[in-house]
Amino acid sequence: MSSEQPPVQETAEERPPAEQKPEPSRWHLALREVAAGQVSVAFFSVLLAVIVGSVMILFTDDQVRETASYIGARPGDFFQAVQEAITGAYSALVRGSIWNNRVDTFEQQIRPLTETLKFSAPLITAGLGVGLAFRAGLFNIGGRGQMLLAGAAAGWVGVNADLPAIVHLPLAIAAGMLAGALWAGIAGLLKARTGAHEVIVTIMLNYVGYYLVFFALTRKEILQAPGTINPKSEPMPDSVVLPKILGDKFNLHLGFVLALLAVAFVWWLLNRSAAGFRFRAVGENPDAARASGIDVGRTYTVVMLIAGALVGLAGVNQALGTVTSGVATDLDAGIGFDAITVALLGRSRPLGILAAGLLFGAFKAGGFAMQASENIPVDIVLIVQSLIVLFIAAPPLVRAIFRLPAKEATA
Amino acid sequence: MSTDPIVRPDEPPVTALEPTAPPPGLGKTPVLFGVFAVLIAALVLFKPRHEDTTFRLATDTDLVKLPEITVPADATTWVMVVLMVLAAAFAAWSARAGRRTPLWLVALFGVAAMTAFLSWAAAGETVPVIGLLAGALALAVPLVFGALGGVLGERAGVVNIAIDGQLLFGAFGAALVGSITGSPWAGLLAAMLAGALVALVLGVFAITYYVDQVIVGVVLNVLVIGLTSFMFSQVLAPNAADLNSPPRFERMPIPLLGEIPVIGPILFRQTILVYLMYAAVAIVTWALYRTRWGLRVRAVGEHPKAADTVGIKVNLTRYRTVLLAGLIAGAGGATYTLVSVSQFNREMTGGAGYIALAAVIFGKWDPIRATLAALLFGFASNLQSVLSVIGSPVPSQFMLMLPYVVTIFAVAGLVGHSRAPAADGVPYRKA
Repeated sequence: MSSEQPPVQETAEERPPAEQKPEPSRWHLALREVAAGQVSVAFFSVLLAVIVGSVMILFTDDQVRETASYIGARPGDFFQAVQEAITGAYSALVRGSIWNNRVDTFEQQIRPLTETLKFSAPLITAGLGVGLAFRAGLFNIGGRGQMLLAGAAAGWVGVNADLPAIVHLPLAIAAGMLAGALWAGIAGLLKARTGAHEVIVTIMLNYVGYYLVFFALTRKEILQAPGTINPKSEPMPDSVVLPKILGDKFNLHLGFVLALLAVAFVWWLLNRSAAGFRFRAVGENPDAARASGIDVGRTYTVVMLIAGALVGLAGVNQALGTVTSGVATDLDAGIGFDAITVALLGRSRPLGILAAGLLFGAFKAGGFAMQASENIPVDIVLIVQSLIVLFIAAPPLVRAIFRLPAKEATA
Repeated sequence: MSTDPIVRPDEPPVTALEPTAPPPGLGKTPVLFGVFAVLIAALVLFKPRHEDTTFRLATDTDLVKLPEITVPADATTWVMVVLMVLAAAFAAWSARAGRRTPLWLVALFGVAAMTAFLSWAAAGETVPVIGLLAGALALAVPLVFGALGGVLGERAGVVNIAIDGQLLFGAFGAALVGSITGSPWAGLLAAMLAGALVALVLGVFAITYYVDQVIVGVVLNVLVIGLTSFMFSQVLAPNAADLNSPPRFERMPIPLLGEIPVIGPILFRQTILVYLMYAAVAIVTWALYRTRWGLRVRAVGEHPKAADTVGIKVNLTRYRTVLLAGLIAGAGGATYTLVSVSQFNREMTGGAGYIALAAVIFGKWDPIRATLAALLFGFASNLQSVLSVIGSPVPSQFMLMLPYVVTIFAVAGLVGHSRAPAADGVPYRKA
């Protein structure tokens, strides 16, 4: 394993261009510039992934399979079935994630967009946690454990302290972020002190954290709700629930605002602060960073602490905002792993992660609508998401498929 | 850590990260031994168990039946603690003399610690030693296959985080093809091919397109989870009788070897997959260290440029090795649907591939050590289920946590600066 390598590499761009065309026109050059840019690669990656997803939808659509059996006799039926399946799927996706045209009032029509924002909040914060670690050359796979610990800590403060909301909510948020920070900090500290590989340690801490929270949820004296045998805590009291920011008709809560603040904070941290400069220096080349006087071990520890706090915020978002019925061991809802793909798609840049989080939040909200109305399993979202990241990571492949020109090597 | 915030470039860094600088002096193993000894002593001290523990060393079908051994719990634990302290002292002594802690001492220490813990935890009850160890071996099978695949790939310089995806896709392929053909052998073949298919995608992205291998691995795992879950709910679950009820490999005792007391029931009354696992471990180890092919694989993983200079085709070698690793890891996936339960379920590997990956690193990229690490994980999870049946004073969650905590300790202490193959994870571009 090469943790010394920055995990996100833009390696392919450095290759010499495949062919040199003599004397291209200015228009051609301009078009080439657009087509070779990273944004277009991202766009075509999404397109390619969506095409593959569509094929999977067609493959499992009953109507399509039926008409395919007599495609030779009546091809029209087949193509109509294909068209219906595709439009059905994607209109359901849009209805679930952006705009619902099948209801009457504006409030109901815009509701899916607020659901998208709600789902994207934890993806953004956890994605920031993973992305920040990436920038320092660390791979934080421990999102699950950090979220669980954070959610449990926030929930513990939530049910055990009896305070006015103005104190209670910040206290619970802080407790959650602290728990996430400490849990990730273990991995950073061990890496700094003993060289233990953070990938292994964070994976292991996922399991340890899971069982730790599970244990806490089976003990009445710690977190389990009284009068139940289920491993679940009491519902959160109103004083720690993240307030709804668009009124009670929408589920969107303060967590999204916190996520935006986190984006701003990480942007400032990475681009405008001395600490962020050290993080990036260590991420680019730890040996050079050490040679120029940066305490690499200390940087690893600090980065993991901050990353854990950010991932912890995602856990807090779940426990105090999205699922307020009580802390349980499925609180992370796979976000800890989704965050890795969000960070990769966002190329570990705060604004990129914001965009990627919004996109995946839309997929999540729309995926449920697709499952409900078109009977397409929500797993299709996982497939499309992972394909997007895979394609984005391999620009030459995408360029080859869409016959885009290669980027000029800037000497 | 230095309290002085000003970093002076001429000072040596306080936290040494270089794998080339092993800490001189006592070493970590004796300290770790000592910690475990103290922990177990604390258990007996704070919660003494004035009962007897019985160890059952035979099964009902043995030809030669060993008697059950009954010992007083407290006394046994104390004896073992003394043994552990002696082992720690010996380890400290050999560390002082500049020698590494010998492997047999680690093994001895492990047995002593386990005996101590079992006597304490199962006081008043009977420990089915055979069932405990045989079950551990069965649970470790996918981990061992996965770890072997991981070792091979990384020795050739390709980090394989996609082990979990290979196991899961293998399990899926085995269930599907096994159900259709009605033959577990066809299922096993399909599992291997499925694992190789995941490996091929890994290879295309990692070797041909120079994509960061950790990223490809993680994404492939997610992709396989998505694909198999999608296919499961759309295809397998609606037609479960035809497509998701594979035949199982039955237990196949080996005639003479299976009758050896203790060892026989554990090692030689298993399914064919376990015997294949023995073969795989032996062959991979031999091939990696004793053949021309193995030398090339290792050369490509350590110094691809040098390998290229002497005429080894680096990327072709990597492709071949990664595909072979995929075949092996896929076979491990078959365990889930052809041995454990005879149907596929979404995400049924439960992240076992990540544990296999930990075994690879724990085992320092060596097939034998990685196998031992995988066996340790299997043992820990089976220990938990055995103890939860006979009832133990430790909450089950802490028992379940144990293998992962031990891994963290091991990675931080015992293994410490484990050194990966030098070109592990670095794509090779021919200049």
